[in-house]
Amino acid sequence: MTAAALDRHHLESAIARWDDAVLAASLFALAPSRCGGIIVRGQSGPVRDRWFALLSGSIDDAMPRRRVPIDVSEGRLIGGLDLAATLVNGRTIAEHGLLAETNGGILILPSAERAGATTLSAIAGALDDAVVRVERDGVTATNAAEFGVIAFDESRGDDAPVASLLGDRLAMVVDLDAIPFSVTDSGTNPTFHRIARGAFGTVTIQDAEIEALCALSIAFGIASLRAPIHAVYIARAFAVLNDRTAVDREDLEAAVRLVLVPRATQVPADDSADAQQEPSTPPPADGAQASSDDNVQPEEPELQELLLAAARAALPPGLLENLQRSAALRKAKAKSGHSGAVKSARHRRGRRDGSRRGDPRSGGTLDLLETVRAAAPWQAVRKRDRQNRQSWVASTDTAPVPRLEVRRDDFRIRRFKHQSETATIFVVDASGSSALHRLAEAKGAVELLLADCYARRDQVALIAFRGKRADLLLPPTRSLVRAKRSLAGLPGGGGTPLAIATDEARALGRSVLLKGQTPTLVFLTDGRANINREGLAGRPAAISDALAAARALKAEGIPSIVIDTSTHAGLESRTFAGAMGATYLPLPHADAVSLSSAVRHASG
Amino acid sequence: MPKAFPFSAIVGQDNMKLSLLIAAIDPTVGGVLVFGDRGTGKSTAVRALASLLPPMLAIGGCAFNSEPESPCPPSRGCKACGTLAEAPSEAAQRMAVPVVDLPLGATEDRVVGALNLEHVLTSGAKVFDPGLLARAHRGFLYIDEVNLLEDHLVDVLLDVAASGENIVERDGISVRHPARFVLVGSGNPEEGELRPQLLDRFGLSVEVRTPDDIKTRVEVIRRRDAYDRDPDAFIAAWSGKEAEIRDQISAARNRLAEVVVPDHALERATSLCLEIGTDGLRGELTMMRAARALAALEGDFEVGDSQLRKVAPMVLGHRLRRNPLDEATASVRVERAVHELFGTSGERHMA
Repeated sequence: MTAAALDRHHLESAIARWDDAVLAASLFALAPSRCGGIIVRGQSGPVRDRWFALLSGSIDDAMPRRRVPIDVSEGRLIGGLDLAATLVNGRTIAEHGLLAETNGGILILPSAERAGATTLSAIAGALDDAVVRVERDGVTATNAAEFGVIAFDESRGDDAPVASLLGDRLAMVVDLDAIPFSVTDSGTNPTFHRIARGAFGTVTIQDAEIEALCALSIAFGIASLRAPIHAVYIARAFAVLNDRTAVDREDLEAAVRLVLVPRATQVPADDSADAQQEPSTPPPADGAQASSDDNVQPEEPELQELLLAAARAALPPGLLENLQRSAALRKAKAKSGHSGAVKSARHRRGRRDGSRRGDPRSGGTLDLLETVRAAAPWQAVRKRDRQNRQSWVASTDTAPVPRLEVRRDDFRIRRFKHQSETATIFVVDASGSSALHRLAEAKGAVELLLADCYARRDQVALIAFRGKRADLLLPPTRSLVRAKRSLAGLPGGGGTPLAIATDEARALGRSVLLKGQTPTLVFLTDGRANINREGLAGRPAAISDALAAARALKAEGIPSIVIDTSTHAGLESRTFAGAMGATYLPLPHADAVSLSSAVRHASG
Repeated sequence: MPKAFPFSAIVGQDNMKLSLLIAAIDPTVGGVLVFGDRGTGKSTAVRALASLLPPMLAIGGCAFNSEPESPCPPSRGCKACGTLAEAPSEAAQRMAVPVVDLPLGATEDRVVGALNLEHVLTSGAKVFDPGLLARAHRGFLYIDEVNLLEDHLVDVLLDVAASGENIVERDGISVRHPARFVLVGSGNPEEGELRPQLLDRFGLSVEVRTPDDIKTRVEVIRRRDAYDRDPDAFIAAWSGKEAEIRDQISAARNRLAEVVVPDHALERATSLCLEIGTDGLRGELTMMRAARALAALEGDFEVGDSQLRKVAPMVLGHRLRRNPLDEATASVRVERAVHELFGTSGERHMA
């Protein structure tokens, strides 16, 4: 393809994507809460602003719109006690949270990919039940919270996308990335109308059509059942938009483009003879998906094929690369796994450990509610006391009588239990020079340690190095399920890129430190480096690079252990450990059990 | 608030439904943990269960769901029980079995109960405001995303689940009240595992997976679609099936006391637990109770091998001593042990 043709191709695809984005907006506007919402991929900028302006113009002005800041507090989101009003009025006054305030409107989530697990599960809960349940600060309430969500996903590169906890519940996905602003002018103008809710129910959809959507979602490797459910709804909504009473192929195609294609984790093989330049080899799917593929026995292959062809045409350029990237991401499970990261962030501040008497001026955080609670029982006595005093002192003092008599003794400040988590990072030599069975023992040790330390809420990570690279096979995790999966397919053999591995370990160690956890590095190697930092073979350069990397690691001050796995404890690993300032442990006959206990002792 | 999707209309997921029914028949089995993929109807099933439970008798207006035979003592400050006429049984009312949600963002004071601020501010009186644990008494406490629950709430739950009693000593308040409930938790293990202490509290655990054959998936979507289009009509269409299950539960509850667990069945349960190597006696006990509830549900008056086989994976799956080097999943290991012990037919003792 010539450069001009390629440009043309990109432009056409950009126009098609813009049109779809506008279509998604009009489908959303039909009944925002009914479709859950839209994930809007792309950076903030004029294109996104234009899109959002179109959407805003299409919905009722009376509809509440609320933006959820990324650091929203749980209390503000869910609602709870309105302390100020409660004190003024002398009775419990509840306050609506953001979710209840948004009832009947739209909830906007900027940078949804960075939202915390608690925020997301509160929103997901409201999407499921159309209510928000408040059980906080002495307030019990169930408030209506029916809304549609616009989740802006600004992730790029290796960032983790919007967590599936929320993403699964939003029907449509639009991608505004790399759409030139000029396209937004030339694009079609949306047709917006609003329709009574009942209208959806009268649109008929045939079983064969539902089956085709199901089969297609399996073919695209979409595990969640919510996707085909959304697709059925979107097909119906599109029919409503076009004043049809029965779903036809155009409606199904729209549903496939807006719901299924953006969620694809694999591209179905193209078996039609006239395959164009479309990718014909699906990226390696994991076992579950491959086996589910075998079960696809479409009742109506014709319809499914037609839809698949339409879906292929809608595949954005570069989708395959994206899929491979996201598959790799999934394999490596992005260093910043959402819930995990959030949880540790919470631990960093420490979990609340009640309140104690104290003076807030000394730097603690005043726990207002507990302070009021502490003062409350004494109110009657103190009021009487004040009256007595005032009658004694013939005062000119006309200061207003406070509603609440708070004494210094009542002050309660918040306590946090700081729990410093440890993360043990294994750096395992999987090269040919380290015997293969060591790898098996290392795997066993990692699993044993993990089984032991997840009870203490500690984390384990694993970097394996061989050939010319070091891979993060297991990002810091506590999940045994995930660990087993990553460890199952750990191959061995090849050169020993010790320097590269040490650099990788240092980077991971740093990121663990930044999260407020305490890393410990455990190297399992014979120290016989033969690949240098550039990935070139050659023992002298490799060794000097490894030692340089080790010194850099020492400078970070991350505690480390080097376990020498060679049969004859050699000078190489001892020198390497020395440069790193690491504890040196020769363990020529280490098995999984003794390995894990050695690490446990060494890391104290 | 939308009406709950009918229990009987949930496609497949037989293990999950069975475990919930067993817990509904005999609450002493000690809770159900439903772990698995997203979007498999975990929350739907639990909420649907609420409408299937036969109503219970409680003192009208009592915030602690007290049985008519044992009204609240005055120290608890319960208005309904305090102003009761001489015969509490007269005040008994039929009420729906509570299914109480414990939202992730709940604060500790709302879970265990605390000083009522309003009373304090207006009259200066110290009145106890019962929390979720009081409301869940004699019913179900449901925690979605139980694996993400804050540690301090987990600690509270552990205490209460073990003792069946909630003791509140805070804000100058000293109250104790019974809190016996079936703990139902759901979650996705990929997002974080459950603490072993809490895991052990659950009597039964089931894993749910997204169905991967197209027929089942299509059926799930067809029903969901029908429900979304017209919830009322859908619920009406399934009301017959719902009534059937409701009757089954009532009948099973009535039969439960008469179901006997013969010695050989008990022996088998014990040897299965030994074989698998579960800690403590909770495994055997739960296995016996669950098998008995299942027998009652199936209309049997004696526990046999078939019931033991069916409940074994639910009872033992999460009690296996962790052996990280064994690649097999928990359910496979339990099945292996069941297979070895019971043989293929499983009818040896029945014959």
